[in-house]
Amino acid sequence: MAVVFDKPKALTDVPFHYCPGCTHGIVHRLVAEVIDELGIAGDTVGVASVGCSVFSYNYFDCDMVQAPHGRAPAVATGLKRSLPDNVIFTYQGDGDLAAIGMAETVHAATRGENITVIFINNAIYGMTGGQMAPTSLPGQVTQTTPYGRDTSVAGHPIRVCELLSTLSGTALAQRVTVDSVKNVNIAKKAIKKAFENQINKRGYSIVEVLSTCPTNWGLSPEEALKWLQNNMIPYYPLGVYKDVTAEKEA
Amino acid sequence: MGEKVLMKGNEALAEAAIQAGCRHYFGYPITPQTEIAAYMSKRMPKVGGCFLQAESEVAAINMVLGASSAGVRAMTSSSSPGISLKSEGVSYIAGSDLPALIINVQRGGPGLGGIQPSQSDYWQATKALGHGDFQLFVLAPSTIQEMVDFVSLGYEVGEKYRIPTMILSDGMLGQMMEPVEFPEAKETAQAEKTWATNGHKNKRKKNIINSLYIEPQVLEDLVKERFERYEKIKATEQRAEEYLVDDADIVVVAFGASARVSRNAVNMAREAGIKAGLIRPITLWPFPENTIKKAVSHTKDFLCVEMNMGQMVDDVRLCVEGKSEVSFFGRTGGMIPTPEEVFNEIKKLSEKEAK
Repeated sequence: MAVVFDKPKALTDVPFHYCPGCTHGIVHRLVAEVIDELGIAGDTVGVASVGCSVFSYNYFDCDMVQAPHGRAPAVATGLKRSLPDNVIFTYQGDGDLAAIGMAETVHAATRGENITVIFINNAIYGMTGGQMAPTSLPGQVTQTTPYGRDTSVAGHPIRVCELLSTLSGTALAQRVTVDSVKNVNIAKKAIKKAFENQINKRGYSIVEVLSTCPTNWGLSPEEALKWLQNNMIPYYPLGVYKDVTAEKEA
Repeated sequence: MGEKVLMKGNEALAEAAIQAGCRHYFGYPITPQTEIAAYMSKRMPKVGGCFLQAESEVAAINMVLGASSAGVRAMTSSSSPGISLKSEGVSYIAGSDLPALIINVQRGGPGLGGIQPSQSDYWQATKALGHGDFQLFVLAPSTIQEMVDFVSLGYEVGEKYRIPTMILSDGMLGQMMEPVEFPEAKETAQAEKTWATNGHKNKRKKNIINSLYIEPQVLEDLVKERFERYEKIKATEQRAEEYLVDDADIVVVAFGASARVSRNAVNMAREAGIKAGLIRPITLWPFPENTIKKAVSHTKDFLCVEMNMGQMVDDVRLCVEGKSEVSFFGRTGGMIPTPEEVFNEIKKLSEKEAK
């Protein structure tokens, strides 16, 4: 019998701990499929960050390092400078990348650090129980914005791809989501490009994936996808914000 | 041994690191460790190494975490306020059982403090360089030659036991010049790092460098295993220099720069007919308990001399266990005690004993 669907080799057999309807699982799978297709599992070192995805060190079947909160780009820098022929990726959430780790993120990008960054933007701190993230939307109710995010008090959400696209060291900054088959396919292509850029020594590549957090949003998995479509995508438009390969082709 | 060259402490230490096989240096500007980074930025490109000026001390120590995970000899250096910023990363490095070399060229504190030499980070280095149960292997050089020699020692011990090493220097040792000899170039034998995350090449199981353990029993077991290693280090790696201790009534205990001053004071005391001696802890952790305890039987007074408000004196008291008097003399804020000041303290103790 022909096998039409299988678990990627770059994922271990450890069951995911993610909540029902959380899109971490889809993104993990896409990253693993790309690692398999490029045949790089033996050369890849992943950097897990603090947040729900910290346990990704158990899920990816490649060498893994767990970084302090926000420091994944610095840890990845140390790895990449020591292992220039290996493939180094970070997997970071929005609190990790855009709040506590913003300095590390901006400087890794501006150095053109030749790493791949998978950025999960679900507009909330998941692991600690749903506090306001740097990407929480105006008016969004979270544990620490119980009356909705008041931008006059809590400031405005950060659009990470737009920000990083202004830096010369950024090779790819693309925002995708995984709410539909079509968008999953686009996301996978972006992730593959982000890994290929590193293999081709093009510099810092980031793929921002708009993601769901049904548990902390207080929504069902289905409602969460709709909330993402109706609220997140308008604020965080999908698309390519910088792509040096396209610039070369143009 | 090679020929003697006159070098600044900071530069000698940096050269020693390169000769010990360090090819990855991550730093951030701060006085008075400046020359280490400047020297590394000059030398690393010549030896095919990596000098990277990080965006912060926080980033620099995490770059060291990444490089150490890859299995290479990495290093960062800073001065007191910058070391505080590194403390998060140091805790993760210790919790991940990684070796790493961290240099503190101490200056006065707290806060931004001053830029003159100090030893007020003794507690930080030996008791609490970050959250959680852990220790660093802490070496305190007192000459520029030791700034050189302790680099390879620090790497070797750190790699053997998989713990981070700190060389606790200060602005005086960093800035002063002395003739030094570098050991003849030899490939330092590095133990194979089977734990390194450098790609499994489809030939071994994946490696994970991690400090997160959600199950309390698992975490307790791991911490206890680490402390068994600490006991081995305590048993085998204590180092101290004894100077005129055998017949001494009064023993000065001092490390690093203040030990240089204290040695002169001991010489002055001997000339004045006072039986004084000096114990100079070289490893601050593990603290050289054995050397102190050995001296208790004949020592009436221990005098701790430090460039702080009295930090190592706690450890001396713990070793002496009330069997002899322990007193303290110190200057702080960047002030350096003079041999005369220390000699006066010795004289006061001697006169008190004579009464």
